[in-house]
Amino acid sequence: MSRDLNDSPSSDLPPDVRPGSSRRHFLSRLAAISAGLTVAAPLSHSTTTAEGTALEGESPKQGTDGGLVEINFKVNGLPHKLEVDPRVTLLDAIRDRLDLTGTKKGCDRGACGACTIHINGRRVLSCLTLALMAQGEEITTIEGLAEGNELHPVQAAFIGCDGFQCGYCTPGQIMSAVGCINEGHTRSDTEIQEFMSGNLCRCGAYPNIVDAIKMAAGQMKRGG
Amino acid sequence: MQTFTYKIPFSIQQATADFGQNSDFLAGGTTLIDLMKLEVMTPSQLVDINRLPMRGIELASDGLRIGALEKMSDVAEHPEVVANYPVISQALLKSASAQLRNMASMGGNLLQRTRCGYFRDVSTPCNKRQPGSGCPAIDGWNRTHAILGTSSSCVATHPSDLAVALVALDASILLQSGNNDRLVKLDDFYRVPGETPDKENQLKPGELITEIRVPRLPWARRSAYRKIRDRESYEFALASVAVALDVDANNVRDARVAVGGVGTKPWNLPKVREALIGRPSNQQTFEAAAKLAAEGAKPLRHNAFKVELVQRTIVRALMNLGGLA
Repeated sequence: MSRDLNDSPSSDLPPDVRPGSSRRHFLSRLAAISAGLTVAAPLSHSTTTAEGTALEGESPKQGTDGGLVEINFKVNGLPHKLEVDPRVTLLDAIRDRLDLTGTKKGCDRGACGACTIHINGRRVLSCLTLALMAQGEEITTIEGLAEGNELHPVQAAFIGCDGFQCGYCTPGQIMSAVGCINEGHTRSDTEIQEFMSGNLCRCGAYPNIVDAIKMAAGQMKRGG
Repeated sequence: MQTFTYKIPFSIQQATADFGQNSDFLAGGTTLIDLMKLEVMTPSQLVDINRLPMRGIELASDGLRIGALEKMSDVAEHPEVVANYPVISQALLKSASAQLRNMASMGGNLLQRTRCGYFRDVSTPCNKRQPGSGCPAIDGWNRTHAILGTSSSCVATHPSDLAVALVALDASILLQSGNNDRLVKLDDFYRVPGETPDKENQLKPGELITEIRVPRLPWARRSAYRKIRDRESYEFALASVAVALDVDANNVRDARVAVGGVGTKPWNLPKVREALIGRPSNQQTFEAAAKLAAEGAKPLRHNAFKVELVQRTIVRALMNLGGLA
């Protein structure tokens, strides 16, 4: 059925847990689409704004026939099914469709790191990833880092070391820091700075961010 | 972003078949999606190649083979690459950011587009983006632009660090289209702009870079990439150099030198190499050889500093590699 892109995010929940709705199932369907009829995107223009929704003003009237594509992925352990315009970035899908607004839109051009998330455990930029490209993947956002009420060691260390001021870059900094630690790039302050250079902080909290990463890296090594 | 249709092929043959008029291949997306948002690139169809069998990093007796879909970060940290071709690892690690390196593919890196501000701004003319519209950089803001290989049509630099390292190492790329393939030297693959800056390389429509091949070069264990930029990390090069040095009893037995950030393509320097071979490995030799690097340079209003900078960058890299600095 056709679905308006501006449906409230809750219309996508509860997540689709239909048996058989697997990655393979989806891929075979997409392959069928690819082989035969091609997915056409609607003609309207994107109206992305800094903090606004990319979807406003571009609701395709054609619904599924007008080019919406169905995608399935897991976010913070929960499976989701979405129908999206092929142009929708993973960042906009996460924020506007799943209502997970912890992931921030900064530059929207891959320059600032505010939108950093993990796909299959690797830190990437959600603003330069089409939602379509995340088909079948396991995504972790800042909301999925803590275990219940227990903060992830990196989150706790950012608080402990005062690793932020305004906080806007912080979710991206933390997601990137977790990646930096898991990759083993915390052997010196210089190495941390180099491997965190994709995350800009206009408040200039860098020294405290480096401290937080060192603290968390030590804890994660000890605690496993 | 303009609308597009989307296809996912599962074989190279299917990818070629899917590639229609005004199509682009999508791999990591770090260049393409950025430029689609800016409407610098406006494909009407994306062919997502991420499920094609173009992976693997393998050191064999004839050299190194890298599947074009391997991510920059994985290649940079691969033990065989780090040990045998440090210049490749260093060039990759000095590119972009950790997140982008986790996304961007090796093939895509070689095809990334210039960072020229006029190319990226659709409200200005640009011969590369819109042939015949003019080049505002020649008389405009050109501090970061090229001094080598330029023409009256275009002065944009090639932005890839990886390509500079690969050209220095005499690497080739395997190009595939349907069931046909051809091996092309990377140095020959890129074109200088001439009167057709929109034609940046030899790639034909529907053709894919599927593999990178680096010849076996045991002495490339002593190689390095040096990159000078406005800030120390996460920035494109003002001048960069890939060097490899084979020294025997204080004499240079062989060398490789290519530079980036100064040319309209990754700039190989065979004359600098020749000026090094057979001479003592010392500062005098390096300085004399580096003087040849800027031969034929055409500095613009804001980038004349690159003439000196690229020579100094070469000398410094060779001094370090020769254990003299």
